Amino acid sequence: MDILTKLMNYYSQNAAYVWAEIYRHFLMSAYGVLFAAIIGIPIGILIAKYSRLSPWVMSLVNVIQTIPALAMLAVLMLVMGLGTNTLVLSLFLYSLLPIVKNTYTGITEVDRTLLEAGHAMGMTRMQVLKMVELPLSLSVIMAGLRTALVIAIGIATIGTFIGAGGLGDIIVRGTNISNGTAIILAGAIPTALMAVLADFLMGWLERALSPANHKHLR
Amino acid sequence: MLTFKNVSKVYGKTKKAVNSLNLNINKGEFICIIGPSGCGKTTTMKMINRLIEPSEGHILIEGKDIMDQPKVKLRRDIGYVIQQIGLFPHMTIGENITLVPKLLQWPKEKRKARAEELIELVHLSKDYLDRYPQELSGGQQQRIGVLRALASNPPLILMDEPFGALDPITRDGLQEEFKDLQQRLGKTIVFVTHDMDEAIKLADRIVIMRDGEIVQVDTPDEILRNPANEFVENFIGKDRLIQTKPGVTKVGQIMNKVPATIHKEETLSTAIKQMKEKRVDSLLVIDHEHHLEGYIDVEDIEQNRKKSTTVSEIVETELYKVKENSLIRDTIQKMLKRHTKYVPVVDENNKLKGIVTRATLADLVYDSIWGEEESEEELTTLQ
Ligand SMILES: Nc1ncnc2c1ncn2[C@@H]1O[C@H](COP(=O)(O)OP(=O)(O)OP(=O)(O)O)[C@@H](O)[C@H]1O
Ligand SMILES: [Mg+2]
Repeated sequence: MDILTKLMNYYSQNAAYVWAEIYRHFLMSAYGVLFAAIIGIPIGILIAKYSRLSPWVMSLVNVIQTIPALAMLAVLMLVMGLGTNTLVLSLFLYSLLPIVKNTYTGITEVDRTLLEAGHAMGMTRMQVLKMVELPLSLSVIMAGLRTALVIAIGIATIGTFIGAGGLGDIIVRGTNISNGTAIILAGAIPTALMAVLADFLMGWLERALSPANHKHLR
Repeated sequence: MLTFKNVSKVYGKTKKAVNSLNLNINKGEFICIIGPSGCGKTTTMKMINRLIEPSEGHILIEGKDIMDQPKVKLRRDIGYVIQQIGLFPHMTIGENITLVPKLLQWPKEKRKARAEELIELVHLSKDYLDRYPQELSGGQQQRIGVLRALASNPPLILMDEPFGALDPITRDGLQEEFKDLQQRLGKTIVFVTHDMDEAIKLADRIVIMRDGEIVQVDTPDEILRNPANEFVENFIGKDRLIQTKPGVTKVGQIMNKVPATIHKEETLSTAIKQMKEKRVDSLLVIDHEHHLEGYIDVEDIEQNRKKSTTVSEIVETELYKVKENSLIRDTIQKMLKRHTKYVPVVDENNKLKGIVTRATLADLVYDSIWGEEESEEELTTLQ
């Protein structure tokens, strides 16, 4: 009860600050995922087409994923210094795996007979990609973005250690004072909510884009 | 229209799937390629639109080597239907049908008009154009698959066991529908199947393949009568051979060429007089150009004598008809199934050519008894 009141107090006294950090936190995560999508989706398509590349690329993104977050930040910090950009870069790297992997899976799992039908009807390779492969793998690619975004929102909390700001700032502030549970929660709850909400919204989008559900869209 | 010149396909280094194939296909011809599994039917067909590139030899369409044309252009001018149907699940039926026109950059209005025109060909309502493939039955989906191949009006259509995955009744219906469509539209068809009945029913000529080589190319009739060798004989099956021994297989060969007819503008009393004279209880109704309009029978006339005066007022237009080149075997089965006493024979323009009655069939049976001693078996099958 005590904690709850403290929490409410904190929010009412620091509303503007909390909102600013939520916004910042979200933007950093979203940018990381966005850049990863811009790079990762084409890579996924490419390795789906040239299957000889796929083991190499996949093990590379897998390795990236296994680096502990703090270690990654530390290394990147040595190169890029402190600040938001370093965090966005590491979020970008973490997002690559789910995005590349899902794009690859989505594209390679498109029914071969549909590809044959497309080619046999006189589509160019680009047209097959745009009119058949991408629309049919869109929901799988979305699932990758969804995973990436949820992970990014979680990892972004440690951005505070390199001065990137975000909800991690609030959490760390709570750990630095005695009796800071309420403040820790003040940072942790929005982070969790944001992750759940992102998961939910992206999940909805994913289902809406799934070809099996197409009839419900119009 | 389509020529294979010494065409071979070698997979890998040694696997000869098609071996030095020579074949000439005429415009408007319905060709069925048939043979045991793995004999190279699909390979042969896919080489035509370059889904598979020939290792040797030349394939010419209208005299032009397919290798000299851009793949994409070549394929847009050739319809393609496969067993797995392959409709795009994320596109409506309308979008699926008009995909090739879209690739050819037809304007939207024209595509829409084309889709509506096409869907009518297969007796589906326009509402279907806005649905998605997964909402349709297998048979309906393959009808759409066929329409998709017809959309840009290509002269040549390739079909790889298109009806293979459908249940027998649906298949039977689609075969008839499609044969009819093909004859009306004058398309050249290359049709792969491994169902001999299907090939006999549909093909103008059947290409029988074995181990990548052609064993025999002939009309269904000729193949049934004179199989090239034992392989063909076994492949066709003994029952089919025996059935066709008399050498009479098409309706045109046995029909009565002067059916009892009446002009549609005649009066009912003339009709009755005619019936008495010819000792029949129904007459086929025709127009000035000898097109078949329907039939009238004695009972109809009796019932409507007071109300009506001319034949056209009471003519019954729903009736089963066959073409001259329909198979006798099929026709008999259908007459028995539908309990009809006769079937009029018409040409593509619905012009009356003759009639097959139960009496005609009886004649056929007597002929074969007197003609050949051992065909007593047939007598029983015909009844
Ligand atoms: N891509 C390929 N690589 C190697 N061999 C192949 C390939 N495609 C087909 N073959 C072989 O070539 C031969 C002919 O194959 P094809 O698909 O043309 O046969 P088919 O007559 O269509 O058989 P089915 O009736 O089973 O469809 C077969 O022995 C097959 O195993
Ligand atoms: Mg095949």
